[in-house]
Amino acid sequence: MTIILTSILFAAGLGVLLAVIIGAAAKAFAVESDPRIETVTDMLPGANCGGCGYAGCADFAKAIVEGRADPSLCPVAPPESAGRIAEYLGITTQEKEKVIAVVRCAGDCAATVRSPYNGVGDCRSAALVAGGGKGCDYGCIGFASCARACPFDAIEMRDGLAVVHPELCVGCGKCVETCPKNLIILAPAAVDVHVYCNSPEKGALKRKVCKTACIACRKCVKAADSEEQMTIKGFLVETNYSSPPLPDLVEKAACPTTALRLATKHAAGAYEGVSK
Amino acid sequence: MSDKPRKFKGGVHPNDSKALSASKAVVNAPLLDKYTVIINQHIGAPLEVVVKKGDVVKKGQLLAKATGFVSVPLHSPTSGTVTALEKCPGPACVSVPSIEITADGNDEWGSPFEPIADWQNAEPAALKQRVSDAGIVGMGGAGFPSHVKLSPTKPVDTLILNGAECEPYLTADHRLMLEQAEDVVLGAAILARILGLKTAVIGVENNKPDAIEALNKVAAKYSVKVQGLRVNYPQGAEKQLIYALTGREVPIGGLPMDVGCVVQNVASAIAVYEAVVKGHPSIERITTVTGEPLVNPGNWRFRIGTPISKALELAGGINVQPAKLLLGGPMMGMAQNSLDVTVMKNTSGILLIPVETVSQYTSEPCIRCGKCVTACPMDILPATISQAVENGRFDWAEQLNVLACIECGSCSYLCPSRRPLNQHFKRAKAEIMAARRKQQKK
Amino acid sequence: MTEVETPAIQLPDATKLVISNSPHIRGGETISNIMVHVLVALAPAVAAAVWFFGLHAVRVMALCTIGSMLIEEIWNKCAKRPSSWKDGSAALTGLLLAMNLSAGAPWWICILGSIIAICLGKQLFGGLGYNPFNPALVARVALLIGFPSLMTSWVTPQAGKWLACDALTGATPLGASGAAVASLNDLLIGNVGGCLGETSAIALLIGGIYLLIHKLIKWQVPAAFIGTVAIITGITHHFCPEMTPPALYHVLAGGLMIGAFFMATDIVTSPMTANGALIFGFGCGIITSVIRIWGGYPEGVSFSILFMNALTPLIDRYTIGKPFGYIRIKKEAAQ
Repeated sequence: MTIILTSILFAAGLGVLLAVIIGAAAKAFAVESDPRIETVTDMLPGANCGGCGYAGCADFAKAIVEGRADPSLCPVAPPESAGRIAEYLGITTQEKEKVIAVVRCAGDCAATVRSPYNGVGDCRSAALVAGGGKGCDYGCIGFASCARACPFDAIEMRDGLAVVHPELCVGCGKCVETCPKNLIILAPAAVDVHVYCNSPEKGALKRKVCKTACIACRKCVKAADSEEQMTIKGFLVETNYSSPPLPDLVEKAACPTTALRLATKHAAGAYEGVSK
Repeated sequence: MSDKPRKFKGGVHPNDSKALSASKAVVNAPLLDKYTVIINQHIGAPLEVVVKKGDVVKKGQLLAKATGFVSVPLHSPTSGTVTALEKCPGPACVSVPSIEITADGNDEWGSPFEPIADWQNAEPAALKQRVSDAGIVGMGGAGFPSHVKLSPTKPVDTLILNGAECEPYLTADHRLMLEQAEDVVLGAAILARILGLKTAVIGVENNKPDAIEALNKVAAKYSVKVQGLRVNYPQGAEKQLIYALTGREVPIGGLPMDVGCVVQNVASAIAVYEAVVKGHPSIERITTVTGEPLVNPGNWRFRIGTPISKALELAGGINVQPAKLLLGGPMMGMAQNSLDVTVMKNTSGILLIPVETVSQYTSEPCIRCGKCVTACPMDILPATISQAVENGRFDWAEQLNVLACIECGSCSYLCPSRRPLNQHFKRAKAEIMAARRKQQKK
Repeated sequence: MTEVETPAIQLPDATKLVISNSPHIRGGETISNIMVHVLVALAPAVAAAVWFFGLHAVRVMALCTIGSMLIEEIWNKCAKRPSSWKDGSAALTGLLLAMNLSAGAPWWICILGSIIAICLGKQLFGGLGYNPFNPALVARVALLIGFPSLMTSWVTPQAGKWLACDALTGATPLGASGAAVASLNDLLIGNVGGCLGETSAIALLIGGIYLLIHKLIKWQVPAAFIGTVAIITGITHHFCPEMTPPALYHVLAGGLMIGAFFMATDIVTSPMTANGALIFGFGCGIITSVIRIWGGYPEGVSFSILFMNALTPLIDRYTIGKPFGYIRIKKEAAQ
């Protein structure tokens, strides 16, 4: 009986003693922090994607409260969320345009020439070995590094090609940094028409290795409401994002290689096997 | 310098497979109708093309000129017409600019240089200028301009000629030392004169006793020393070779001149001899075309710009489809996916690897057997570094001295888990260098 | 006129050429290759065990080996991982576990040990290559703690009587504290009680030499391990002979031989660097000696190896050598 009693008393006493020590330590070594940081952190999405350029949402919140960052820098949160934070802190914020990632390549396995590759299954590693073995030196090599980097699972690998789902993409830009071929750009989300090719080579050379390459035939330039909407750079056409064409351009232009695509329909797989 | 070469740490002993082509004498490849010369065949500043489409050129005429110190000019492999300035498949499987020369069949010399017959009394500076003008690069594989190595900014007391040829399969340097022993030695003597040295040492692996004997016959005349080396891959790696011959350790990130050495390949020495004594620019080289799938492996003297397909035809074509086509040796060579790549100044071998012996990489977990640690000639920890890279920890890889890696491939060769260790290191180096450049910009 | 047909020169199909990083050839070593070598190295010890313990030994070894392979496959099926019994590591773990059991071990001990070794010791950490502890030793220690009486009752060896079915329990040479109960000769040949793998020192030594010749283990581990035990027990015996038997007795008795050559040298759980291996063996030796001389258990080899397994990452970290050409950098920086 005494043994039980002593052990209970001893354990209880030890518990009390430790509680007192911990309590005192918490008081003595307490770190002063701005309570607003926690509130702002709660108002942020909490995805910790790093798209703002800070190490996670809490760090970003600290930067906002200290006036070092603008709440609109968060690519994930809707614009009204930035407004709410600005209102709470009594600061002003800029309106920002929502952007999404566009992988400027449509060359999946069926459309391109590729060599068998044996090695690390990572784009940045594969790119160091013979450019990943793809016939086109500029296209997507398809080892999914961007898909793995995406915190929002917005990139799907489809037959060796990275495809962005515009409805899931928040434009954080993680994939842009990852791609060794610098294929991915952040384009205004309002624009749906993109040229899915990034090769500056001559048309004939491109066609040799890829069925869906832009051959700069100018069909889309002519079909556009104004020639400014599509800009020609060497042997490649690009969407002019400052004066973008309407979505019906894709149908009107009838791109012979289907390099001109709507991001939404591309994500839905509407162009698969169309090009010859 | 002691007579006995030192034993460097680590290394592997792959089956050397040199017997396929070691006994085949060098044959001059027949003149082709067309040569596609890759413009930038060296490491350094890109060249400026001085010919245009339709120009008539002579053999040896300047095609593109150097644009900086670390840059060497390019000369025409034969006489004929410039028919195209297009992109062609390069050795890294990426298209590169090239000059297409359609031969007129006369193969007429129009060399821009006069021979310097009396090189013993010529100014070292003039000889060095000739090495630079003739477009000579390190012909062992790296393709670094030779004259840059001959302009050390630190005192140099040893000139080493690299005739180790430790890569399996390759026999080009072996044949060259055997058949042109006197030219090699003369080249060495010229190089020594450029550096203001009295002597040079030629390091040859002991598996080429006939080459050592041939060199020894002529070496003494020009006070050049021939040194047999232990057969151990990577004996021909610059740092390992210097250590074996002099006992000096080249610091990590340093150059041979930091320890008073200059290393040149034996093929480059011949190119130097031909540039100085004959007045010929660097437009041809001896290349081993070999591999079990080939009907008739051998050694040929190719002009630069010869497509690989023509080289394989000379070797009789194939019996079976190979798994890989390589430029260079099997340990450090580059895999190709096109037969239109052309021979460059640093193409030491064209090699077909059969399916049976090809390396198959998987990313199985490391079983920590430590074979890579024992084999690493640079004494780093390949297994640990590869795990750091797999986890994206390039900072950790840097701490583990991944930058010391010479990418000899000994670790990947041995790994029982067949991990692509070498590729991990390549990635780590690329990421670390990119991060440093970023840091510098800031 | 007949035309002589010259065979067309055949060139490689460029689309089938594989792209990969160098090197493009590889040595013949594979994981299963290494495992088979270790199994071969164990063959003399297995033969010795069968000679001394007869069919009982065969039963225990078969149960553990086949059990381990089966359990590995069942785990792989459940975890949806590729089948891995062919690499031989499960078979090796099973056989090593059997070497750590008594010939009289009941069937369920063998199976339970296999489950603990494969599941708890290896697969729970992620499979081969990720396990921090030697799986066979994890199982042995778990069984030793769970079933102390079963795990410490040894069968008396009956050399050559293969079919002897009466298992006689007897004492292990290290059981009686301070006194040598078996002759050195018996220890060397293996005519003593104990686990299957704790008996014949000479058979284990042959296997160890085989591994050393094939460079599958680092000589530093067994040398440091056995050397340390010999020195510590030797000194202790010299000063107080009543406390512990002489050094040679310690070296030959118990699990030291199998521990030093087969368990401590397990590639996954021992340090990769040469200096690390020395420290590892040294640590094992100290702990084994301490447990044997002063500890509560008669045998300390398994505990010492498991303890040093835990320290392996730390040892590896602190024994990273300086790479080739490193010293000069330092010197230059100092100038």
